[in-house]
Amino acid sequence: MTAMIDIADANKTFTMHLQGGIELPVVRGVTFHVDPGECVVLSGPSGAGKSSILKMIFGNYRCDSGRIGIRHRGALIDLAAAEPRQVLNVRRATIGYVSQFLRAVPRVATIDVVAEPLIVNGMTRADAQARAGELLHRLNIPERLWQLPPATFSGGEQQRVNIARGFISDLPILLLDEPTASLDAANRAVVVALVAEKKRQGVAMVAIVHDDEIRHLIADRIVDVTGFAAAA
Amino acid sequence: MADQDLLETDQPLLVAESLSKSYGRIAACREVSFSLYPGEVLAIVGESGSGKSTLLQLLSGQLAASGGQVAYRMRDGVTRDLAALGEAERRLLFRTDWGFVHQDPAQGLRMAVSAGANVGERLMAVGWNHYGRIRETASDWLTRVEIDVARIDDAPRTYSGGMRQRLQIARNLVTGPRLVFMDEPTGGLDVSVQARLLDLLRNLVAELQLAVVIVTHDLAVARLLSHRVMVMKGGRVIETGLTDQVLDDPREPYTQLLVSSILPP
Repeated sequence: MTAMIDIADANKTFTMHLQGGIELPVVRGVTFHVDPGECVVLSGPSGAGKSSILKMIFGNYRCDSGRIGIRHRGALIDLAAAEPRQVLNVRRATIGYVSQFLRAVPRVATIDVVAEPLIVNGMTRADAQARAGELLHRLNIPERLWQLPPATFSGGEQQRVNIARGFISDLPILLLDEPTASLDAANRAVVVALVAEKKRQGVAMVAIVHDDEIRHLIADRIVDVTGFAAAA
Repeated sequence: MADQDLLETDQPLLVAESLSKSYGRIAACREVSFSLYPGEVLAIVGESGSGKSTLLQLLSGQLAASGGQVAYRMRDGVTRDLAALGEAERRLLFRTDWGFVHQDPAQGLRMAVSAGANVGERLMAVGWNHYGRIRETASDWLTRVEIDVARIDDAPRTYSGGMRQRLQIARNLVTGPRLVFMDEPTGGLDVSVQARLLDLLRNLVAELQLAVVIVTHDLAVARLLSHRVMVMKGGRVIETGLTDQVLDDPREPYTQLLVSSILPP
C-alpha cells in the first residue's frame, strides 16, 4: 500500500528572538508513515511535541529540515518545501485539521461554519447545508442553534461544531488534535463512530487523544513521540 | 472544475520585481518582489513608516517607482508593464479591472452626490447608459453591502462611518474588478463595525474570487482575510509566507515582536 503521509527526519526548533535568541528544540528526527484507512495515535506526555507534529503535517509550522511527504492528487508532495499556494491546495483537497479550539468568525451561522469546506470545494449551498445539518444532528447540536454563530456556545458545543466542520469533507487525510477532550460520553461515542466510518472510506488519520479508552477504540497504531524528543 | 489546482492552471495576475522607491536619500521601499495570483489575498503588514502604503501606491501605479517594475495581466491575457501604459489605459484599468478601497471613505467617494450615483458613476464610466439598469444594479449592490435601499438617494455624508466604507466597497466592486487594493479598510471604524465589515469583505472576496492586496497594521485582519502575508520593516520585506505560518510560527525578530504584541481577546 502507498502511504498517504510519509515523514522522514523532520526537525523543528523555535528561536525566541525576544528572549535573547534562546533556542527551544521541539522535535528531532520525526519519522513515521500513515497508510490509507489507518488511524495513528501520537502518544507522549504534554510538551513532548505531539501538537507541533500535527501542525508540521498541516504546514502550519515550518520544518527546519526533513521531509513531510503528503500524497496529494496521486502525487507525493513535500510539504516542508512547498510554495504557499501549494500548501493551500493541499489543505483544500487533501488534509483536514480538527484543532482543539474553534476559531469562530464573527457573525457566521453555525450551519455555514460547518458547510463551508464543502462549498469551497464546489458543492451547492443547499446540499452542503443538508450534509452539515445531518452531522450537527448526529453530534447533538439542537437545530435551534444552527442559525446562530458558535461564538457564544459552550466549550463542548463549540468543539462539536469544530468536529462537524472537520469531518464533513471527503478529504483523504484528517488530523485530529484532542477531538474528544471536552465531550460527554454520548458525544465521544459519536466521534468514535465517525472515525470508524472515515477508516472504512480509506481516510488516513493522525490523532492526539489523552483518553485511554478512546485511544484504544480508534488507534490502529501508536507512535511514541518521546522518541523524537529534542534533547536540549 | 471548482477545485482544480490553482497552481497548475493559473498565470500570475500581478508581478512585482525589485520594486523600489526613494525620496532623496530615504528609501521608502526596497527591492520588493512577489507574484499575486487570481483569487489570492495578500496582506502587507508592518508598523507606520515601514513602507507598506508606499508599496501599495507603487503597485497600483499611483506613484512612479525609482527602480524595478510591476507587470499586470490584462483582461485580454497579455501581461503589460504598468509604467509603459498610457494615461488613458491606466485610467481604464482603474475604472474596470481594479478597485482601490481607501481607509478614509471620503477619499474614495464623492461625498455630496447620492449613494446611487456613487455606485452608478463607475458603470457610466465604462459605457452603461440605461438609467433604469444602472439604478437597478446600484440598488442590488447596496443590498449586497447591507445598505438599506431606501437610502439610495441620500449622499454619503449623511451616512455613518461603517456605511460609508461599505458604500465605497460597492462602488469598487460594481464593475467586476479582478484586483482590489485596500489600504487599512477597517482602520477608522469602531470594533463592532469592523467585525461586520470584515465578515462582509471575507464573503465578497471568496464569492467573487477577487485578488486583493491589503495593507493593514492589524494582524487579526490579516489572519481573517488573507492567504499570504508579507511583513515589512524599513522599506524591506523581512518575512513572507502563508498567513497562519507567519503568525503562528514567526521567524524574524520583528515578526515575533509584532505577533507577541497582540492583546488577547
